[in-house]
Amino acid sequence: MQIYLPIAEVSVNAFLLLGLGGMVGILSGMFGVGGGFLMTPLLFFIGIPPAVAVATEANQIVASSFSGVLAHLRRKTVDLKMGVVLLIGGLIGAALGVLIFNYLKSLGQVDLLVRLCYVVFLGVIGGLMFIESLNAIRKTAKGTAIPKRKKHGLIHKLPFKMRFRVSGLYISVIPPLLVGLVVGILAAIMGVGGGFIMVPAMIYLLGMPTKVVVGTSLFQIIFVTAFTTMLHATTNYTVDVVLAVLLLVGGVIGAQIGTRIGVRMKAEQLRILLAIMVLAVCGKLAFDLLVMPSELFSIGAVEGH
Amino acid sequence: MIRWFAFFVLLAFPTWAEEVVLGLSQDEVAITTSFDGSEILIFGAVKREAPIPEGELGVIVTISGPPEPVTVRRKERRFGIWINADAVEIDGAPSYYAVATSAPMDEVLGIRDNLQHKVSIPSMLNSVGAPETVLDASTFVAALIRINTNAGTYQVLEDQVVVDQDTLFRTRIRLPAALTEGVYETRIFLTREGQVVSSYETAIDVRKVGLERWLFALSRENPFWYGIMSLAIAIIAGWGASAAFSLLRN
Repeated sequence: MQIYLPIAEVSVNAFLLLGLGGMVGILSGMFGVGGGFLMTPLLFFIGIPPAVAVATEANQIVASSFSGVLAHLRRKTVDLKMGVVLLIGGLIGAALGVLIFNYLKSLGQVDLLVRLCYVVFLGVIGGLMFIESLNAIRKTAKGTAIPKRKKHGLIHKLPFKMRFRVSGLYISVIPPLLVGLVVGILAAIMGVGGGFIMVPAMIYLLGMPTKVVVGTSLFQIIFVTAFTTMLHATTNYTVDVVLAVLLLVGGVIGAQIGTRIGVRMKAEQLRILLAIMVLAVCGKLAFDLLVMPSELFSIGAVEGH
Repeated sequence: MIRWFAFFVLLAFPTWAEEVVLGLSQDEVAITTSFDGSEILIFGAVKREAPIPEGELGVIVTISGPPEPVTVRRKERRFGIWINADAVEIDGAPSYYAVATSAPMDEVLGIRDNLQHKVSIPSMLNSVGAPETVLDASTFVAALIRINTNAGTYQVLEDQVVVDQDTLFRTRIRLPAALTEGVYETRIFLTREGQVVSSYETAIDVRKVGLERWLFALSRENPFWYGIMSLAIAIIAGWGASAAFSLLRN
């Protein structure tokens, strides 16, 4: 069934969009990532103009994250206090990110920089997670206990300490604020929720338990992507609500299924799957940059239009 | 002597001898939610007040979407990766262009008239805005044509205009699903011996209607409330799915 999208001004198959939304929704629920890093390139691929894809994806992430976070709230796996701290950093970061994005746009080459950002961040994070979770799985298989993560480092010497009861942490608010800030900047530049960066940062930098990480990151993502949606809707007029509805109907159902799958899986398995997926997307993007494209030319709107 | 002169004048300006009378199956295209492209039937007749002149009658029909400036970029390998390097701006590239002819293009239309009336795809695109560093601007225009032709937004339909008894003609042109709003200029040319003897212009109005129209207008006129509405839909859908699933479980 073909459907004409009013803002994107293209006609696409409605079932294809529902399917894509569902698939990405499952991943979103399982790993606590918004799924934007997968969905945005997929939307480019089916012919949605990039500006519309990025803006609409932000709106869709709000829906699937909301669905996911409710499931986590019921299970009490959301650290609201930590979420709020991350959110404050995130909103400041998103505003900064939009400024940086517009600056890069004026220089041209924003496309390339976004792609390079993806390759670098996905590569580093995916690689680290993969190695770490592989080691963890090996150790559990051998029957030896997983060594406790280092509890004493620079992070614990910082001032403004706060107790995060749900996460079982007593740390300074500066690291979570910074994590939120960096994620906010990247989210605005890369047009994603930023969960794939935040989840590992929360596990490895802040030392939060994996079970709490997913719900908390979804909580932060809702607000940051809602903010981004409003920015896009009021400045670029690129949020396509028909496209968003189709994606989110699939997405919210997928997110519910994903959350239930996630609960049944071991934390290490969850992490290694996410690592593999992140690395696969990274590999594909790197491949596209390195291999000569079949069409060297591309058509775009004139700058300033 | 004067009679001979008048005869030659008539030969030199045969424009008055034949004229197009045109019909369109529709002069409006409404883009609805289920819009999946549209086929336009263009038909007409040649009106004459004199006997049929010598030479084969050629009919050319063009439909052109709203022109807009575009940037064509070319990737180049730098530091091991492929990045956009040179760019050429093309001023009046229509978002859609179709040209249908009654015989192969080079038979129905001479080069001079083609350039003058901007009929074929290469002759209707003006290449401008090429920086001094770009010496091969024509390859950028060729790329624009190639990409649009592959996407189905530029169509060359040779031999697709049917001409009956040197008088009646008709053709069908398909408008793709990915259509932008605007006035689609439609032109008909009658040719003899590769020269345009008569032309006719009309317009097809492509407009969004209903929900499409409403959403589009809202997003432009009240972007804040459009954004809030999008978010509200997202949150309700997210909450609804969550509530439905927990009901299913209990």
